[in-house]
Amino acid sequence: MDQGHRVPMIGRRGFIAGAAALGALQRPTGALGVMMRDGDEAVFTTAFPQKGRMILQRTRPPLLETPFEVFDQGVFTPNDRFFVRWHWADIPEQVDVATFTLKVHGHVDRPLTLGLGDLLAMPRIEYAAVNQCSGNSRSLFSPRVGGAQWRHGAMGNARWLGVPLKAVLDRAGVKAGTVAIRARGLDEPVVPDAPAFAKSLAIDHARDGEVMIAFQMNGEQLPLLNGFPLRLVVPGWYSTYWVKMLSDIEVLAAADDQYWTKMAYRIPDTPHASVAPGQAGYAQVPINRMVPRSFITNLVDGAQVAAGKPLALRGLAFGGDQGVAKVEVSADGGGTWRQAQLAQDEGRYSFRQWHLAAPGPAAGPVRLMARCTNTAGETQPLEANWNPSGFMRNVVETTTLTAA
Amino acid sequence: MNRTWILAIAATGLAAPAFAASDATTVTGPGGVTLRSVTVDLPQSDREFPGTDAAAINNNCLTCHSAGMVLRQPPFPREKWAEIVNKMIQTYKAPIDAGDVPAIVDYLAKR
Repeated sequence: MDQGHRVPMIGRRGFIAGAAALGALQRPTGALGVMMRDGDEAVFTTAFPQKGRMILQRTRPPLLETPFEVFDQGVFTPNDRFFVRWHWADIPEQVDVATFTLKVHGHVDRPLTLGLGDLLAMPRIEYAAVNQCSGNSRSLFSPRVGGAQWRHGAMGNARWLGVPLKAVLDRAGVKAGTVAIRARGLDEPVVPDAPAFAKSLAIDHARDGEVMIAFQMNGEQLPLLNGFPLRLVVPGWYSTYWVKMLSDIEVLAAADDQYWTKMAYRIPDTPHASVAPGQAGYAQVPINRMVPRSFITNLVDGAQVAAGKPLALRGLAFGGDQGVAKVEVSADGGGTWRQAQLAQDEGRYSFRQWHLAAPGPAAGPVRLMARCTNTAGETQPLEANWNPSGFMRNVVETTTLTAA
Repeated sequence: MNRTWILAIAATGLAAPAFAASDATTVTGPGGVTLRSVTVDLPQSDREFPGTDAAAINNNCLTCHSAGMVLRQPPFPREKWAEIVNKMIQTYKAPIDAGDVPAIVDYLAKR
Protein backbone atom coordinates (compact mmCIF):
# COMPACT_ATOMS: atom_id res chain seq x y z
CA MET A 1 0.00 0.00 0.00
CA ASP A 2 1.82 3.15 1.01
CA GLN A 3 4.99 1.08 1.18
CA GLY A 4 4.60 -0.21 -2.35
CA HIS A 5 7.55 1.83 -3.51
CA ARG A 6 9.84 0.27 -0.94
CA VAL A 7 8.84 -3.36 -0.89
CA PRO A 8 8.21 -5.70 -3.76
CA MET A 9 4.62 -6.64 -4.46
CA ILE A 10 5.42 -10.26 -3.77
CA GLY A 11 8.68 -11.18 -2.07
CA ARG A 12 10.37 -14.53 -2.40
CA ARG A 13 8.82 -15.47 0.89
CA GLY A 14 7.14 -12.15 1.37
CA PHE A 15 3.61 -10.94 1.33
CA ILE A 16 1.43 -9.12 -1.07
CA ALA A 17 1.73 -5.43 -0.46
CA GLY A 18 -0.63 -3.92 -3.01
CA ALA A 19 -4.39 -3.50 -2.84
CA ALA A 20 -4.74 -4.19 -6.56
CA ALA A 21 -2.96 -7.51 -6.18
CA LEU A 22 -5.23 -8.43 -3.32
CA GLY A 23 -8.31 -7.76 -5.37
CA ALA A 24 -7.03 -9.89 -8.21
CA LEU A 25 -6.53 -12.87 -5.93
CA GLN A 26 -9.73 -12.72 -3.93
CA ARG A 27 -11.66 -15.92 -3.77
CA PRO A 28 -14.91 -16.85 -2.09
CA THR A 29 -14.41 -18.95 1.02
CA GLY A 30 -17.77 -19.37 2.71
CA ALA A 31 -17.85 -18.55 6.38
CA LEU A 32 -14.43 -16.95 6.36
CA GLY A 33 -15.45 -14.32 3.88
CA VAL A 34 -12.80 -12.88 1.63
CA MET A 35 -9.37 -14.42 1.97
CA MET A 36 -6.29 -13.60 0.00
CA ARG A 37 -3.48 -15.89 -0.98
CA ASP A 38 -0.03 -15.18 -2.36
CA GLY A 39 2.55 -17.30 -4.11
CA ASP A 40 3.85 -18.54 -0.79
CA GLU A 41 0.43 -19.82 0.26
CA ALA A 42 0.10 -17.17 2.95
CA VAL A 43 -3.61 -16.61 3.41
CA PHE A 44 -4.86 -13.30 4.76
CA THR A 45 -8.05 -12.79 6.69
CA THR A 46 -10.06 -9.91 8.08
CA ALA A 47 -12.79 -12.21 9.45
CA PHE A 48 -11.74 -12.24 13.12
CA PRO A 49 -13.38 -9.95 15.68
CA GLN A 50 -11.31 -6.97 16.90
CA LYS A 51 -8.61 -7.92 14.39
CA GLY A 52 -7.43 -6.24 11.23
CA ARG A 53 -5.75 -7.95 8.31
CA MET A 54 -3.85 -10.99 9.57
CA ILE A 55 -2.16 -14.06 8.12
CA LEU A 56 -4.45 -17.01 8.71
CA GLN A 57 -2.52 -20.03 9.94
CA ARG A 58 -5.58 -21.81 11.33
CA THR A 59 -9.22 -20.82 11.83
CA ARG A 60 -10.11 -23.01 14.80
CA PRO A 61 -8.63 -22.74 17.32
CA PRO A 62 -7.31 -19.48 15.91
CA LEU A 63 -3.70 -18.99 14.87
CA LEU A 64 -3.27 -15.52 13.38
CA GLU A 65 0.10 -14.11 12.37
CA THR A 66 1.04 -10.44 12.18
CA PRO A 67 1.95 -9.45 8.60
CA PHE A 68 5.60 -8.41 8.59
CA GLU A 69 4.99 -4.91 7.24
CA VAL A 70 3.31 -4.04 10.58
CA PHE A 71 6.72 -4.23 12.27
CA ASP A 72 7.97 -1.38 10.10
CA GLN A 73 5.18 0.91 11.27
CA GLY A 74 6.40 1.48 14.81
CA VAL A 75 7.85 0.01 17.93
CA PHE A 76 4.45 -0.97 19.36
CA THR A 77 2.27 -3.55 17.64
CA PRO A 78 -1.33 -2.37 17.33
CA ASN A 79 -3.82 -4.51 19.24
CA ASP A 80 -5.79 -5.29 16.11
CA ARG A 81 -2.65 -6.65 14.41
CA PHE A 82 -1.22 -8.51 17.42
CA PHE A 83 -0.71 -12.23 16.79
CA VAL A 84 -3.14 -14.80 18.18
CA ARG A 85 -2.50 -18.36 19.32
CA TRP A 86 -4.92 -20.70 21.11
CA HIS A 87 -4.51 -24.37 21.97
CA TRP A 88 -8.15 -25.43 22.41
CA ALA A 89 -11.20 -24.38 20.43
CA ASP A 90 -13.65 -23.91 23.30
CA ILE A 91 -13.03 -20.19 23.74
CA PRO A 92 -15.80 -18.11 25.36
CA GLU A 93 -17.29 -15.69 22.85
CA GLN A 94 -18.77 -13.58 25.62
CA VAL A 95 -17.13 -12.12 28.71
CA ASP A 96 -19.25 -10.17 31.18
CA VAL A 97 -17.02 -7.83 33.14
CA ALA A 98 -19.50 -7.61 36.00
CA THR A 99 -19.46 -11.34 36.74
CA PHE A 100 -15.98 -12.40 35.62
CA THR A 101 -13.79 -13.56 38.50
CA LEU A 102 -10.20 -14.56 39.08
CA LYS A 103 -9.80 -17.27 41.70
CA VAL A 104 -6.64 -17.70 43.76
CA HIS A 105 -6.53 -20.91 45.73
CA GLY A 106 -4.42 -23.87 46.78
CA HIS A 107 -1.56 -23.50 49.23
CA VAL A 108 -2.70 -20.11 50.58
CA ASP A 109 -4.01 -18.68 53.86
CA ARG A 110 -6.99 -16.91 52.27
CA PRO A 111 -8.44 -18.21 49.00
CA LEU A 112 -9.64 -15.28 46.90
CA THR A 113 -12.32 -14.66 44.34
CA LEU A 114 -11.52 -11.30 42.78
CA GLY A 115 -13.80 -9.33 40.52
CA LEU A 116 -12.40 -7.02 37.88
CA GLY A 117 -13.28 -4.06 40.10
CA ASP A 118 -11.14 -5.51 42.87
CA LEU A 119 -8.18 -5.77 40.51
CA LEU A 120 -8.68 -2.30 39.03
CA ALA A 121 -8.56 -0.88 42.55
CA MET A 122 -5.13 -2.31 43.32
CA PRO A 123 -1.85 -0.41 42.75
CA ARG A 124 -0.73 -0.79 39.17
CA ILE A 125 2.43 -1.35 37.22
CA GLU A 126 3.00 -0.60 33.55
CA TYR A 127 5.77 -1.46 31.11
CA ALA A 128 6.43 -2.35 27.51
CA ALA A 129 7.19 -5.99 26.74
CA VAL A 130 7.56 -8.25 23.75
CA ASN A 131 5.25 -11.24 23.60
CA GLN A 132 6.74 -13.90 21.34
CA CYS A 133 5.59 -17.44 20.61
CA SER A 134 8.10 -20.17 21.43
CA GLY A 135 7.79 -21.30 17.81
CA ASN A 136 8.05 -17.90 16.13
CA SER A 137 9.81 -18.28 12.75
CA ARG A 138 9.39 -22.08 12.87
CA SER A 139 8.76 -22.28 9.11
CA LEU A 140 12.41 -21.29 8.58
CA PHE A 141 13.81 -24.33 10.39
CA SER A 142 15.89 -26.61 8.19
CA PRO A 143 15.13 -29.45 8.08
CA ARG A 144 11.56 -28.31 8.57
CA VAL A 145 9.57 -29.29 11.63
CA GLY A 146 5.89 -29.72 12.44
CA GLY A 147 3.74 -27.13 14.18
CA ALA A 148 2.31 -23.76 13.25
CA GLN A 149 4.28 -22.63 10.22
CA TRP A 150 4.90 -19.10 11.46
CA ARG A 151 7.26 -16.78 9.68
CA HIS A 152 8.41 -13.89 11.92
CA GLY A 153 4.95 -12.63 12.82
CA ALA A 154 4.23 -14.63 16.00
CA MET A 155 5.55 -11.75 18.08
CA GLY A 156 4.43 -8.30 19.12
CA ASN A 157 5.29 -5.50 21.49
CA ALA A 158 2.77 -3.70 23.68
CA ARG A 159 2.59 -1.44 26.68
CA TRP A 160 0.92 -3.55 29.38
CA LEU A 161 -0.97 -2.15 32.37
CA GLY A 162 -2.11 -4.24 35.29
CA VAL A 163 -1.33 -5.34 38.82
CA PRO A 164 1.72 -7.27 39.95
CA LEU A 165 0.97 -10.95 40.41
CA LYS A 166 2.95 -10.60 43.65
CA ALA A 167 0.34 -8.23 45.10
CA VAL A 168 -2.46 -10.70 44.42
CA LEU A 169 -0.45 -13.60 45.85
CA ASP A 170 0.41 -11.54 48.95
CA ARG A 171 -3.28 -10.79 49.44
CA ALA A 172 -4.01 -14.51 49.38
CA GLY A 173 -1.10 -15.24 51.70
CA VAL A 174 1.19 -17.81 50.12
CA LYS A 175 2.02 -20.51 52.65
CA ALA A 176 5.52 -21.70 53.49
CA GLY A 177 6.59 -24.57 51.28
CA THR A 178 5.03 -23.17 48.12
CA VAL A 179 6.91 -24.26 44.99
CA ALA A 180 5.01 -22.77 42.06
CA ILE A 181 1.80 -21.21 40.81
CA ARG A 182 -0.28 -22.66 37.99
CA ALA A 183 -2.30 -20.29 35.81
CA ARG A 184 -5.41 -21.23 33.82
CA GLY A 185 -7.75 -19.35 31.55
CA LEU A 186 -11.39 -19.73 30.53
CA ASP A 187 -10.61 -21.77 27.42
CA GLU A 188 -11.46 -25.45 27.58
CA PRO A 189 -10.67 -28.55 25.57
CA VAL A 190 -13.40 -29.65 23.18
CA VAL A 191 -13.10 -33.35 24.00
CA PRO A 192 -13.49 -35.06 27.39
CA ASP A 193 -10.42 -35.88 29.49
CA ALA A 194 -8.06 -33.80 27.36
CA PRO A 195 -5.51 -31.66 29.22
CA ALA A 196 -6.82 -28.12 29.74
CA PHE A 197 -4.18 -25.52 28.96
CA ALA A 198 -2.35 -24.33 32.10
CA LYS A 199 1.19 -23.14 32.75
CA SER A 200 3.28 -22.87 35.89
CA LEU A 201 5.87 -20.45 37.14
CA ALA A 202 8.25 -21.03 40.03
CA ILE A 203 7.04 -19.12 43.09
CA ASP A 204 10.08 -16.83 43.20
CA HIS A 205 9.47 -15.85 39.59
CA ALA A 206 5.75 -15.36 40.21
CA ARG A 207 6.60 -13.05 43.12
CA ASP A 208 9.33 -11.02 41.41
CA GLY A 209 7.07 -7.95 41.26
CA GLU A 210 7.30 -7.75 37.46
CA VAL A 211 5.07 -10.63 36.40
CA MET A 212 1.76 -8.89 35.82
CA ILE A 213 -1.94 -9.59 35.62
CA ALA A 214 -2.66 -7.21 32.74
CA PHE A 215 -6.01 -5.63 31.93
CA GLN A 216 -4.83 -3.17 29.29
CA MET A 217 -2.49 -3.34 26.33
CA ASN A 218 -1.51 -0.19 24.47
CA GLY A 219 -3.98 1.85 26.50
CA GLU A 220 -7.04 -0.27 25.73
CA GLN A 221 -8.67 -3.39 27.07
CA LEU A 222 -7.29 -6.53 25.47
CA PRO A 223 -8.93 -7.91 22.34
CA LEU A 224 -10.83 -11.06 23.31
CA LEU A 225 -8.49 -13.18 21.20
CA ASN A 226 -5.48 -11.75 23.05
CA GLY A 227 -6.96 -12.76 26.40
CA PHE A 228 -9.67 -10.31 27.49
CA PRO A 229 -10.23 -9.45 30.26
CA LEU A 230 -7.00 -10.55 32.00
CA ARG A 231 -3.73 -11.91 30.75
CA LEU A 232 -0.64 -12.98 32.60
CA VAL A 233 2.39 -11.01 31.37
CA VAL A 234 5.73 -12.69 32.00
CA PRO A 235 8.24 -10.18 30.61
CA GLY A 236 11.28 -11.65 28.92
CA TRP A 237 9.74 -15.11 28.73
CA TYR A 238 8.03 -16.82 25.81
CA SER A 239 4.31 -16.28 25.45
CA THR A 240 3.33 -19.83 26.39
CA TYR A 241 3.48 -18.50 29.97
CA TRP A 242 1.31 -15.47 29.19
CA VAL A 243 -1.95 -17.25 30.02
CA LYS A 244 -4.94 -15.62 28.33
CA MET A 245 -8.41 -15.04 29.88
CA LEU A 246 -6.68 -15.69 33.17
CA SER A 247 -9.31 -16.98 35.59
CA ASP A 248 -7.58 -19.33 38.00
CA ILE A 249 -4.31 -19.26 39.91
CA GLU A 250 -3.49 -22.32 41.92
CA VAL A 251 -0.68 -22.09 44.43
CA LEU A 252 1.22 -25.38 44.48
CA ALA A 253 3.15 -27.06 47.29
CA ALA A 254 4.72 -29.50 44.81
CA ALA A 255 6.07 -29.23 41.28
CA ASP A 256 3.44 -29.02 38.54
CA ASP A 257 2.99 -32.52 37.16
CA GLN A 258 0.36 -31.65 34.56
CA TYR A 259 0.91 -32.08 30.84
CA TRP A 260 1.47 -28.52 29.62
CA THR A 261 4.31 -27.86 32.04
CA LYS A 262 5.74 -31.33 32.56
CA MET A 263 5.61 -32.62 28.96
CA ALA A 264 4.94 -29.77 26.53
CA TYR A 265 6.99 -26.73 25.56
CA ARG A 266 10.29 -28.36 26.45
CA ILE A 267 13.63 -27.55 24.89
CA PRO A 268 16.95 -29.36 24.72
CA ASP A 269 19.13 -28.37 27.67
CA THR A 270 21.93 -27.39 25.28
CA PRO A 271 23.41 -24.08 24.03
CA HIS A 272 20.76 -22.28 21.91
CA ALA A 273 18.42 -25.23 22.65
CA SER A 274 20.06 -26.80 19.63
CA VAL A 275 20.53 -30.46 18.73
CA ALA A 276 21.35 -32.32 15.53
CA PRO A 277 18.36 -33.64 13.56
CA GLY A 278 17.82 -37.22 14.63
CA GLN A 279 19.79 -36.82 17.83
CA ALA A 280 18.26 -38.56 20.85
CA GLY A 281 18.88 -38.96 24.55
CA TYR A 282 19.46 -35.34 25.50
CA ALA A 283 18.16 -33.68 28.67
CA GLN A 284 15.21 -31.31 28.31
CA VAL A 285 13.95 -28.37 30.36
CA PRO A 286 10.82 -26.21 30.13
CA ILE A 287 11.27 -23.37 27.66
CA ASN A 288 11.94 -20.18 29.58
CA ARG A 289 13.58 -16.81 28.89
CA MET A 290 13.77 -15.30 25.43
CA VAL A 291 16.98 -14.58 23.55
CA PRO A 292 18.01 -11.56 21.46
CA ARG A 293 16.67 -11.04 17.93
CA SER A 294 16.70 -8.32 15.31
CA PHE A 295 15.02 -7.70 11.99
CA ILE A 296 15.37 -5.36 9.06
CA THR A 297 11.82 -4.11 8.58
CA ASN A 298 11.89 -1.60 5.72
CA LEU A 299 13.25 -3.95 3.04
CA VAL A 300 12.25 -7.55 2.39
CA ASP A 301 13.77 -10.39 0.43
CA GLY A 302 13.73 -9.76 -3.29
CA ALA A 303 13.59 -5.96 -3.10
CA GLN A 304 15.36 -4.00 -5.87
CA VAL A 305 17.54 -1.08 -4.83
CA ALA A 306 19.71 1.39 -6.72
CA ALA A 307 23.38 0.46 -6.98
CA GLY A 308 25.78 3.03 -5.54
CA LYS A 309 23.06 4.88 -3.64
CA PRO A 310 23.19 4.87 0.19
CA LEU A 311 20.73 2.45 1.74
CA ALA A 312 18.52 3.78 4.52
CA LEU A 313 17.89 0.78 6.73
CA ARG A 314 15.68 0.46 9.75
CA GLY A 315 14.40 -2.35 11.88
CA LEU A 316 13.51 -3.70 15.28
CA ALA A 317 15.54 -5.50 17.89
CA PHE A 318 14.90 -6.91 21.32
CA GLY A 319 17.25 -8.35 23.87
CA GLY A 320 15.13 -11.31 25.04
CA ASP A 321 15.05 -10.98 28.82
CA GLN A 322 17.49 -8.03 28.75
CA GLY A 323 17.69 -4.65 27.11
CA VAL A 324 19.29 -3.99 23.73
CA ALA A 325 22.94 -2.96 24.07
CA LYS A 326 23.72 -2.65 20.38
CA VAL A 327 22.58 -3.60 16.90
CA GLU A 328 25.15 -4.18 14.19
CA VAL A 329 24.33 -4.34 10.52
CA SER A 330 26.23 -5.97 7.69
CA ALA A 331 25.60 -5.18 4.05
CA ASP A 332 28.08 -7.75 2.78
CA GLY A 333 26.78 -11.04 4.13
CA GLY A 334 28.56 -10.77 7.47
CA GLY A 335 31.98 -9.65 6.23
CA THR A 336 31.92 -6.25 7.93
CA TRP A 337 29.59 -4.81 10.54
CA ARG A 338 28.53 -1.24 11.33
CA GLN A 339 26.78 -0.18 14.50
CA ALA A 340 23.23 1.06 14.02
CA GLN A 341 21.75 4.05 15.82
CA LEU A 342 19.27 3.01 18.48
CA ALA A 343 16.01 4.94 18.74
CA GLN A 344 14.14 5.72 21.95
CA ASP A 345 14.49 3.19 24.75
CA GLU A 346 11.00 2.02 25.75
CA GLY A 347 12.35 -0.30 28.45
CA ARG A 348 14.30 -3.48 28.94
CA TYR A 349 11.61 -5.83 27.60
CA SER A 350 10.48 -3.73 24.63
CA PHE A 351 11.24 -3.75 20.94
CA ARG A 352 13.82 -1.09 20.13
CA GLN A 353 13.86 0.54 16.74
CA TRP A 354 17.19 1.11 15.01
CA HIS A 355 18.42 3.03 11.95
CA LEU A 356 21.47 2.85 9.77
CA ALA A 357 22.57 4.57 6.56
CA ALA A 358 24.61 1.92 4.75
CA PRO A 359 26.99 2.82 1.91
CA GLY A 360 25.59 2.32 -1.57
CA PRO A 361 25.87 -1.32 -2.65
CA ALA A 362 27.67 -2.48 -5.78
CA ALA A 363 25.45 -3.89 -8.52
CA GLY A 364 24.37 -7.46 -7.89
CA PRO A 365 22.97 -9.38 -4.93
CA VAL A 366 23.18 -7.65 -1.53
CA ARG A 367 23.02 -9.71 1.64
CA LEU A 368 21.86 -7.62 4.59
CA MET A 369 22.10 -8.85 8.17
CA ALA A 370 21.25 -7.35 11.55
CA ARG A 371 22.66 -8.65 14.81
CA CYS A 372 21.53 -7.72 18.31
CA THR A 373 23.64 -7.90 21.46
CA ASN A 374 21.75 -7.55 24.72
CA THR A 375 22.84 -5.77 27.89
CA ALA A 376 24.05 -9.07 29.36
CA GLY A 377 26.47 -9.38 26.42
CA GLU A 378 24.56 -12.15 24.65
CA THR A 379 24.74 -11.90 20.85
CA GLN A 380 22.65 -13.56 18.16
CA PRO A 381 24.46 -16.54 16.62
CA LEU A 382 25.38 -16.70 12.93
CA GLU A 383 24.34 -20.34 12.74
CA ALA A 384 20.68 -21.35 13.06
CA ASN A 385 19.69 -23.56 15.96
CA TRP A 386 17.61 -26.68 15.40
CA ASN A 387 15.31 -28.71 17.62
CA PRO A 388 12.34 -30.95 16.81
CA SER A 389 9.75 -28.46 18.11
CA GLY A 390 11.03 -25.47 16.16
CA PHE A 391 11.55 -23.37 19.28
CA MET A 392 13.77 -20.37 20.06
CA ARG A 393 15.03 -19.39 16.64
CA ASN A 394 17.32 -16.39 17.01
CA VAL A 395 19.92 -16.76 14.28
CA VAL A 396 21.05 -13.56 12.55
CA GLU A 397 18.52 -13.29 9.73
CA THR A 398 19.58 -12.46 6.17
CA THR A 399 17.65 -10.25 3.76
CA THR A 400 18.77 -10.59 0.16
CA LEU A 401 18.24 -7.66 -2.22
CA THR A 402 19.31 -6.92 -5.75
CA ALA A 403 21.17 -3.69 -6.52
CA ALA A 404 20.97 -2.51 -10.12
CA MET B 1 3.38 4.65 40.65
CA ASN B 2 1.22 5.00 37.60
CA ARG B 3 0.34 8.54 36.61
CA THR B 4 -3.36 7.84 35.99
CA TRP B 5 -3.63 6.23 39.40
CA ILE B 6 -2.28 9.34 41.11
CA LEU B 7 -4.67 11.54 39.13
CA ALA B 8 -7.57 9.34 40.14
CA ILE B 9 -6.74 9.59 43.81
CA ALA B 10 -6.51 13.35 43.49
CA ALA B 11 -9.83 13.57 41.69
CA THR B 12 -11.95 11.27 43.82
CA GLY B 13 -10.38 11.42 47.26
CA LEU B 14 -9.26 8.38 49.15
CA ALA B 15 -12.49 8.06 51.14
CA ALA B 16 -14.47 7.13 48.05
CA PRO B 17 -14.62 3.50 46.97
CA ALA B 18 -11.59 2.78 44.86
CA PHE B 19 -13.72 1.47 42.03
CA ALA B 20 -17.28 1.52 40.83
CA ALA B 21 -18.92 -1.45 39.20
CA SER B 22 -21.36 0.66 37.27
CA ASP B 23 -23.61 -1.82 35.52
CA ALA B 24 -23.61 -5.11 33.68
CA THR B 25 -21.55 -3.81 30.80
CA THR B 26 -18.62 -1.87 32.27
CA VAL B 27 -16.35 -1.84 35.29
CA THR B 28 -14.37 1.32 35.93
CA GLY B 29 -11.39 1.82 38.19
CA PRO B 30 -9.18 4.72 39.23
CA GLY B 31 -7.84 6.81 36.40
CA GLY B 32 -10.90 6.07 34.32
CA VAL B 33 -9.65 2.65 33.31
CA THR B 34 -12.80 0.99 32.05
CA LEU B 35 -13.39 -2.57 31.00
CA ARG B 36 -16.42 -3.22 28.82
CA SER B 37 -18.16 -6.56 28.33
CA VAL B 38 -17.45 -8.16 24.99
CA THR B 39 -19.42 -10.48 22.77
CA VAL B 40 -17.88 -11.74 19.54
CA ASP B 41 -18.56 -14.31 16.86
CA LEU B 42 -15.50 -16.37 16.10
CA PRO B 43 -15.42 -17.54 12.49
CA GLN B 44 -15.86 -21.22 11.86
CA SER B 45 -14.16 -23.05 9.04
CA ASP B 46 -16.15 -25.06 6.54
CA ARG B 47 -12.97 -26.16 4.80
CA GLU B 48 -12.59 -29.91 4.39
CA PHE B 49 -9.52 -31.95 3.52
CA PRO B 50 -9.64 -32.35 -0.26
CA GLY B 51 -9.50 -35.59 -2.22
CA THR B 52 -11.37 -38.84 -2.61
CA ASP B 53 -9.31 -40.44 0.18
CA ALA B 54 -10.15 -37.75 2.75
CA ALA B 55 -13.24 -39.31 4.36
CA ALA B 56 -11.40 -40.68 7.40
CA ILE B 57 -9.52 -37.47 8.16
CA ASN B 58 -12.63 -35.35 7.61
CA ASN B 59 -14.73 -37.57 9.86
CA ASN B 60 -12.26 -37.69 12.74
CA CYS B 61 -10.01 -34.68 12.82
CA LEU B 62 -12.18 -31.59 12.36
CA THR B 63 -13.79 -31.82 15.82
CA CYS B 64 -10.77 -30.30 17.52
CA HIS B 65 -9.21 -28.19 14.77
CA SER B 66 -9.82 -26.87 11.31
CA ALA B 67 -7.86 -28.17 8.33
CA GLY B 68 -5.69 -25.16 7.47
CA MET B 69 -2.72 -25.73 9.74
CA VAL B 70 -2.53 -29.42 8.81
CA LEU B 71 -2.51 -28.62 5.11
CA ARG B 72 0.32 -26.15 5.69
CA GLN B 73 2.67 -28.70 7.28
CA PRO B 74 5.86 -29.70 5.47
CA PRO B 75 6.00 -33.22 4.02
CA PHE B 76 6.80 -35.89 6.60
CA PRO B 77 7.43 -39.63 6.25
CA ARG B 78 4.60 -41.97 7.20
CA GLU B 79 6.18 -42.86 10.57
CA LYS B 80 6.26 -39.20 11.56
CA TRP B 81 2.59 -38.73 10.66
CA ALA B 82 1.73 -41.91 12.58
CA GLU B 83 3.50 -40.45 15.59
CA ILE B 84 1.55 -37.18 15.28
CA VAL B 85 -1.82 -38.94 14.93
CA ASN B 86 -0.95 -41.15 17.89
CA LYS B 87 -0.13 -38.06 19.96
CA MET B 88 -3.53 -36.61 19.06
CA ILE B 89 -5.18 -39.79 20.37
CA GLN B 90 -3.04 -40.52 23.42
CA THR B 91 -2.21 -37.03 24.66
CA TYR B 92 -5.03 -34.86 23.35
CA LYS B 93 -7.71 -37.57 23.66
CA ALA B 94 -8.93 -37.21 20.08
CA PRO B 95 -11.91 -39.55 19.66
CA ILE B 96 -10.58 -41.27 16.54
CA ASP B 97 -11.85 -44.69 15.49
CA ALA B 98 -8.88 -47.05 15.63
CA GLY B 99 -9.94 -48.49 12.29
CA ASP B 100 -9.63 -45.07 10.66
CA VAL B 101 -6.06 -44.41 11.79
CA PRO B 102 -4.30 -46.09 8.83
CA ALA B 103 -6.42 -44.14 6.33
CA ILE B 104 -5.68 -40.86 8.13
CA VAL B 105 -1.95 -41.55 8.25
CA ASP B 106 -1.96 -42.64 4.59
CA TYR B 107 -3.71 -39.43 3.57
CA LEU B 108 -1.23 -37.23 5.44
CA ALA B 109 1.82 -39.14 4.19
CA LYS B 110 0.69 -38.95 0.55
CA ARG B 111 0.16 -35.21 0.46
